[in-house]
Amino acid sequence: MIIVKELHKQFQDNHVLRGVNYHIHPGEKIVVVGPSGSGKSTFLRCLNLLERPTSGQIWFDGQEITSPKADVNEIRRHMGMVFQHFNLFNNLTILKNITLAPTTLKLMGEEEARENALKLLQRVGLSDKADAYPASLSGGQKQRIAIVRSLAMNPKVMLFDEPTSALDPEMVGEVLEVMKELAESGMTMVVVTHEMGFAREVGTKVLFMDGGNIVEENEPQEFFNNPQSPRLQEFLSKVL
Amino acid sequence: MEWFDSIWRHIYRAFLEKDRWRVYLRGYGVTMQVAFYAAILGIIIGTILAFMKISTRKNGKPTLFAHIANAYIDIIRGTPSVLQLLIMWFVVMSGSHNGILVASLTFAINSGAYVAEVIRAGILAVDKGQTEAGRSLGLSNFQTMRYIVLPQAFKNILPPLGNEFIVLIKETAIVGYVSLSDLTRVSNQMTSTLFDAFTPLIGAAVIYFVTIKILTILLAKLERRLRKSDNR
Repeated sequence: MIIVKELHKQFQDNHVLRGVNYHIHPGEKIVVVGPSGSGKSTFLRCLNLLERPTSGQIWFDGQEITSPKADVNEIRRHMGMVFQHFNLFNNLTILKNITLAPTTLKLMGEEEARENALKLLQRVGLSDKADAYPASLSGGQKQRIAIVRSLAMNPKVMLFDEPTSALDPEMVGEVLEVMKELAESGMTMVVVTHEMGFAREVGTKVLFMDGGNIVEENEPQEFFNNPQSPRLQEFLSKVL
Repeated sequence: MEWFDSIWRHIYRAFLEKDRWRVYLRGYGVTMQVAFYAAILGIIIGTILAFMKISTRKNGKPTLFAHIANAYIDIIRGTPSVLQLLIMWFVVMSGSHNGILVASLTFAINSGAYVAEVIRAGILAVDKGQTEAGRSLGLSNFQTMRYIVLPQAFKNILPPLGNEFIVLIKETAIVGYVSLSDLTRVSNQMTSTLFDAFTPLIGAAVIYFVTIKILTILLAKLERRLRKSDNR
């Protein structure tokens, strides 16, 4: 579904990604872990071109999205993204947050988008917040709505950039719960996170990134119980 | 009582005798016309300049438009507005005898530079995450600006923009330099007609003050209404 070839990203003299190769298949839940500065967020942000790769190619559904001719806006409609800091639109109500993209892009009528949004809100237990503004919500509520906002576009893949890192500890659970349900529904997911429990439980593959490359990749069981590289062994000994 | 009588006589002479209030009113009209046209045109110029200045090429470097806007803002902010007015009146538009037109244009060109900076700062103050979220949903750069960034930027822009209007109204007091009879000039002339400096000058000051006070109240009202979405 997503193929990444020799991906490099450089910010001035900071070489963040050094030739990443990877292949994501439909239905997979890829969890990316690693120390800060390892390039995992940049890798994720390259997948929907929020960061322009310095070199290398990315294919999505058979289309090379890194080609200059690719229609970035069209491609992004099919890739949802959830941010560490939620990034709900502060000037819009929750309902408008969810319906803005589908209606502006003329994928749905006003009424259809509204009904769809209310259905999605019900799914995450926040129907009563439809007319509230983001400022009145807790972090956990904001993040659940951010997930719903992406889902309203019916994406083929969902990207999560440290979705629980900015949350109070007691709100982490409610967001992970929504992500788990989403995983069970068959969604293809790429998740950058520090939640090792989530990686173990939900991931179909776990990637360990360090120094701008994927150092190790395995199924969760093997990944955590039988790490191969010394770097991963050291990392796990610190975080587990 | 005697003191009050004397004050009243002064006021009567300065404003009511021979319908002198008409003179102030005409002057006030000139002041407000120049300020109004300059404000409207200044916002248009400022908006265009602001978008020119934040425009970037694909590689992230500023465009030619950005450099032009930069130069414009630099020059306007680096020279006195009295001088700009004199240059417009005696050099650039020396053929025109329409003082209000020349003054309005001068202040619009001048105000546009300041408004551009206000708008630019307001846009840049909106969290980058808002743009990223919009773009990640497939919205175009324009749509993200239109529905997400600009409505939020407007809230940042309004207070300093209001300030700019206030400065503008008062700055029009220099149009006397090109013999436009605005409020300041007519009250100044009145002092020599009446041999009384106090009443016409204080009177003009009160008129400016009340105008700006009303504007301030209206702006505060608008600001409160825009802050609706910040309520917790």
